[in-house]
Amino acid sequence: MRRAVVDGKSRELLDRLCAIPQGRKVKECLQCGTCSASCPTSHAMDYSPREIVAALRAGLIERVLGSNTVWLCTSCYSCTVRCPAGIPFTDVMYELKRLGVERGLNGRDDSTAAMAKAFVNSIDRHGRNHEPEIIRNFYLHTRPWKAVGQMGLAWRLLRRGRLALRAHNIRGLEGLRKMLAAIQDKEAS
Amino acid sequence: MSVSSPRRSLYFPGCSLMATNRAYDVSTRQVAAALGLELEELDDWNCCGATAYVAINERKSFVLSARNLALAEAQADGNGSELVVSCNGCYIALHKAEKYLAEDASLRQEVRRALQEGGMAYRGQAHVRHFLDVVVNDFGEAAIKGRVRRPLNGVKVAGYPGCQIGRPFGEIDDPEYPKLMERLLGWLGAEPVPFPLASKCCGGMMMTTQPALGRMLTGRILRFACEGGADCLATACPLCQINLEAYQDQVSVAVGADCHIPVLYFTQLMGLAFGLGAEQVALGDNLTSSDKLVAAGPSGAEESP
Repeated sequence: MRRAVVDGKSRELLDRLCAIPQGRKVKECLQCGTCSASCPTSHAMDYSPREIVAALRAGLIERVLGSNTVWLCTSCYSCTVRCPAGIPFTDVMYELKRLGVERGLNGRDDSTAAMAKAFVNSIDRHGRNHEPEIIRNFYLHTRPWKAVGQMGLAWRLLRRGRLALRAHNIRGLEGLRKMLAAIQDKEAS
Repeated sequence: MSVSSPRRSLYFPGCSLMATNRAYDVSTRQVAAALGLELEELDDWNCCGATAYVAINERKSFVLSARNLALAEAQADGNGSELVVSCNGCYIALHKAEKYLAEDASLRQEVRRALQEGGMAYRGQAHVRHFLDVVVNDFGEAAIKGRVRRPLNGVKVAGYPGCQIGRPFGEIDDPEYPKLMERLLGWLGAEPVPFPLASKCCGGMMMTTQPALGRMLTGRILRFACEGGADCLATACPLCQINLEAYQDQVSVAVGADCHIPVLYFTQLMGLAFGLGAEQVALGDNLTSSDKLVAAGPSGAEESP
C-alpha cells in the first residue's frame, strides 16, 4: 500500500476500520474476490466488497460511502465465513455504515439507512421495537406514496391480529436510557 | 437428555415474536412444553440489539444485548443462566455480544460501567442458545421421535434455517450447508428435499427498503423450493418467514415463475407432528394456507396422550 497517496481523512477512516475486532486484517486482503462472489447483493452494488478494500487502500473510501454499496449489505455473513484472509467483512460493512451516518454520507440511496434510523429511534423510545411506528417513520422520511403499496399487507396482518397497535414500554426504560447515555458519552469523549 | 428429566430455561422471545410473528412464539412455547422444557420468559427484556441497531451504533447495541444478559443472570440466580432464543436475529445479536464481551476486556469494562449507571450488574455468565440447537442437540433423535404422534409422512419440506444461525460462528451448524433443521424434519417423519439455498440470504430489510432486490432474493429461494417439489418451506427466523410468505404474488411476477408455497416455522411443523392442533401452533396467523398439509400430512393420526 502506497501511503503517500492516502490523504489524512482516508487514513483516519482506515484507522477506524482497523480498530474494530480483527479489523486490521483488512490490510491482509488478497483481492481474490471471494467476498464479492459470495455476496447475495454485490451485483446491485456500485462497488463490490472486493473493490471496497481496494478503495480503502487507494484513499477513495469517501467515494464508496457516497455510493449505494454499504447499505446493500444484509449482514448474511457469507463473505465473513469464506474470506481466506479472515477479514470480518460484515463487521467492516457495519463500521462503514456507521462512519457514513456520522459523516452524513449515506450513499446515493439512503432508504435502508432511513429504516435503520427509524428502528433505532423506536428502540430508544420504548426499549423494544414498535413495528408500525418504524414502518410509518420509514415511509414518512423516504417515499410516503410507496406506503400505499403496503396497505394490503397491513390489512392482512391486522386481520390476523399481527399488528401491535400500541407500543410496549419496558419497565426499566429509565435505567436503559441511563446505560445508553453512559456509553454514548464515553464514545464522544 | 432423557425425555423424563424436567428442565427449565430462560426464554427471550424478542420484539418480532410479540406481534407480527407471534405464531413463532406460540409454537415455540407449545413444542417446548410438549418436550417437557419449561420456558420461563426473561422479565422486562429489551430489544436484543439487532442488526439495524448495530448499523447505527454498535456500542449502544452491546449495551442493549448486555442488559438482557444481565437480566438473565439475575433471574437465573446462579442456576445456570441459559437463555433460549428462537429468532435468528436475536440469537446472533445476543450471542455475538456474549462472545465479543468475553473476548474484549476494555469493551466489557465500558459496557459494565454503562450498565452500572442504570443500576445493573453484568458478570458475563449467561449463555445464549438457539431453540433449534436445544431441540436437536439436547433433546435429540430419540426424544423427538418418541414425542411424535402424527408423523408428517410424505410431506416434502424445504428446510430453510436462513443465514444468521450457522453464520458467522459455525458453532451450532455448518455455515454453508446447515444440517440441524433437515435432521429434525426427518425425525418428524417429513421428507426433507435437497435444499442448497438453506443458508442463503432472504434479503432481510431489503424487501421493504429495496423491494426489487428483495423480491429477487426471496424469489430465488421460493422458486427453488417449488421447483424442487417441496410441499412447504420451514423457517427459523421471523424476518425470513414474513419475507417468504407475504409477497408471493409480487415475487412470482418478478422472477417469472410460480413462487406460491406454504411457509411455516419449524416449530409449527414440530407441533403438528406432536399431534397439537392447528390453533395451538397458530397456523391461522400464517399468510399462506397450510390446509392441504394439515389434511394430507398426518396420515394415520393418533390421539394425543
